[in-house]
Amino acid sequence: MSEPILEMRRVSKSFFSIKALRDVDLTVYPGEIHALMGENGAGKSTLMKILSGAYRPDPGSEIRIDGEVVHIHGPLGGRAAGIAIIYQELSLAPNLSVAENIYLGREVSRSGLLARDAMQAAVGPILERLGADFAPSTLVASLSMGQRQLVEIARALHARSKILIMDEPTTALSAGESERLFVLIRQLRAEGLAIIYISHRMDEVYALGDRVTVLRDGTLVGALDKPQIRADTIVRMMVGRDVSSFYKKEHDPTKDSMARQSAQVLAAVDLADGGRVKGCSLTVHAGEVVGLAGLVGAGRTELAHLIIGAAQLVSGHVEIEGKPVTIRTPGEALDAGIAYLTEDRKALGLFLDMSCKDNINLAVLGRDAKFGGILDRDKARDRAKKAFSALGIRAADINVTAGGLSGGNQQKVLLSRLLAITPKILILDEPTRGVDVGAKSEIYSIIDNLAKSGTAVLVISSDLPEIIGICDRVVVMREGRIAGELTRTAAAHFSQEEIMALATGVEHVDA
Amino acid sequence: MPENGAAAKAATAPALAAAQETRRQRTRTFIRAVGMLPVLLLLCLGFHFLSEGRFFTGQNLGIVVQQSAVNTVLAAGMTFVILTGGIDLSVGSILAASAMAGLIISQFPDLGPLWLPAAVLTGAVFGVLNGGLIALLRLPPFIVTLGSLTAVRGVARLLGADTTVFNPSIPYAFIGNGSLTLIPGLLTIPWLWVIAVLVILVSWLVLKRTVLGVHIYAVGGNESAARLAGIKVWAVLIFVYAVSGLLAGLGGAMQAARLYAANGLQLGQSYELDAITAVILGGTSFVGGIGSIWGTLVGALIIAVLSNGLILIGVSDVWQYVIKGLVIIGAVALDRYRLQGSART
Repeated sequence: MSEPILEMRRVSKSFFSIKALRDVDLTVYPGEIHALMGENGAGKSTLMKILSGAYRPDPGSEIRIDGEVVHIHGPLGGRAAGIAIIYQELSLAPNLSVAENIYLGREVSRSGLLARDAMQAAVGPILERLGADFAPSTLVASLSMGQRQLVEIARALHARSKILIMDEPTTALSAGESERLFVLIRQLRAEGLAIIYISHRMDEVYALGDRVTVLRDGTLVGALDKPQIRADTIVRMMVGRDVSSFYKKEHDPTKDSMARQSAQVLAAVDLADGGRVKGCSLTVHAGEVVGLAGLVGAGRTELAHLIIGAAQLVSGHVEIEGKPVTIRTPGEALDAGIAYLTEDRKALGLFLDMSCKDNINLAVLGRDAKFGGILDRDKARDRAKKAFSALGIRAADINVTAGGLSGGNQQKVLLSRLLAITPKILILDEPTRGVDVGAKSEIYSIIDNLAKSGTAVLVISSDLPEIIGICDRVVVMREGRIAGELTRTAAAHFSQEEIMALATGVEHVDA
Repeated sequence: MPENGAAAKAATAPALAAAQETRRQRTRTFIRAVGMLPVLLLLCLGFHFLSEGRFFTGQNLGIVVQQSAVNTVLAAGMTFVILTGGIDLSVGSILAASAMAGLIISQFPDLGPLWLPAAVLTGAVFGVLNGGLIALLRLPPFIVTLGSLTAVRGVARLLGADTTVFNPSIPYAFIGNGSLTLIPGLLTIPWLWVIAVLVILVSWLVLKRTVLGVHIYAVGGNESAARLAGIKVWAVLIFVYAVSGLLAGLGGAMQAARLYAANGLQLGQSYELDAITAVILGGTSFVGGIGSIWGTLVGALIIAVLSNGLILIGVSDVWQYVIKGLVIIGAVALDRYRLQGSART
């Protein structure tokens, strides 16, 4: 094996008295995809922020690049050392062109004027090498998430980075876009780049990773070589225990009483918004978990928004328990018993500056209030405490602001708010996105329990193993229409290939 | 056994970190709430020594609180608005128009005593108009209230045919110049200040103890999330601008009772700036969602102490402007610093 391009030795980092990292080692070779894994809060981000220069490590830590000891100060230092990082939340300026974004901070000028032509000309070959289908002059705002990721990668390549850090690159991508990204990552590996790949998705790590380093609670658990990479090994290393039944599905609508089986709770009939959604119908029964699958951009979230009144219906209607209802706002949806968990909890769900208690109680404050508007603080406190223990929310207490929690705990806080109204219908949009393995499994078990108690659950997810693991039925969307439906029976189980075939419109997909 | 030990360790480490996080958050909240209180006390002490003991006298303190009263009332309304991430530039003009409307009503012999509710109502009507334009037509608050700053000023001048309206026998004149005697001969409180403190108390109740209060913080913290959570964002927005207008109307009534007169052109000029400064000094974030009414009270007092103290130590009028302006910039710098402190992960 060649010489390592990056060696991090005994890297520690303390924030005040909290040790976020303790003597972590990481060795990366050129031309390898190195997966960095661990639950949220395990120290992955801290380690990468040290590498990119955002944090300075504690004394005694050592970083070598190409065998030379380096000290990386600030993002410019990271760039100078040949390190590029692509964050979960992409850091592009949407109002600027592709070329301008790639050159951001290093603009080329000729006699004081911006040399836009020269910059675009230089960017062209890089985009071509990446197989991009857009021009350097395109406005970033008009690009899809997948295309924006290409711009980020182009920026890294343009800076002649030797080490590329990708933090959950596929969270915002559709299955097709992810697939294309993997091809590209492999190509970059072949060109000799070292890629540090952070992901929660086991199948990605399995498909891409040459080696895996696992962190837990700020310490190094171990590193695995390709032949040792197995999902159960990694999960055990990450959580420190066996996660034997990851997906929990004990509820079974086919076994329950006939009365419940026939209780169709939600029916969307021929819904259309005049844009993305072109006439979609689906039904969800009491005690049933229905998956809504499809590529990103197929219109799943838009369909959910139509159901809850967050978007304007152009045609079609919604029925609850067989009766047509008019829902014009999310507030009316809540009143009708439909709760919706947004896919973007930070932008559309949580109030990050407000306490967990207020976040949990928000939807029921009016119902609990005394004298028509005075807060019932005892009720609010009890409800929050109950939610903390019922959903296993880990935070110091209910008055901590939601912004300080990990992704999994934030998701549970948001879920508690919805459960507080005891909904008849629960629509979950990407319920486990950006959530660590332990919390994921807990969320599955919450969903399972809700279905057992008769709630109708609709789960939108791009994580196919998740859909297969927890759903009774899956409805697949393609380009704004329902492409088909698959039902789980005792004898047969729908597969990833069947879902992908419907989602892409291709007859046979080799997974 | 070693497994148990490891499990226990794994459980305590995040718990410890979480406990530390709460402590940090509490400190932050505490600093935000009282943040400016030490500054206020230092200013008072400083002016006391520089003015050779003329600051802490019963008479001077009475003047300070009386002078801060109207601004405190306006700033309370402004706190509601800024908590939702908005701004109300029109309060000075609304104050003038309300005072004019009140004085004109007070001149009718039969309607005389109704002038006070009339003034407050005038303010509320303008506030609802502001709120309606912002909430229903989705216009930016800065633009809407910048427009009404000018338009309502015009209405104020129109009401008195651009003259000063006097009424030496205006009913309830005591609220402008009288004092409430708590301990005869020892402790009296100007009625203006009593009103201001009552406004602060009621505001605190609404913001911290009612559903509406939580909704106001929610709209300021994340408007889209509030909408998805079923909050009637439009109603919350109309409410906060109505409160701001209503309190500007109350401020107008307080000014009218104090002066027995109102002038549509001069009254309340640039009062909006003092009100905004008080809110920002009080730690309310300019982007909304974070802040407290007590901070606003402290902020309003700082401005009053600054004006009073600078006069006491004989700083010229011109320099008072410069110093007060610098305080505004300093306050916004503080706001930035605070936002950094609450950086989200």
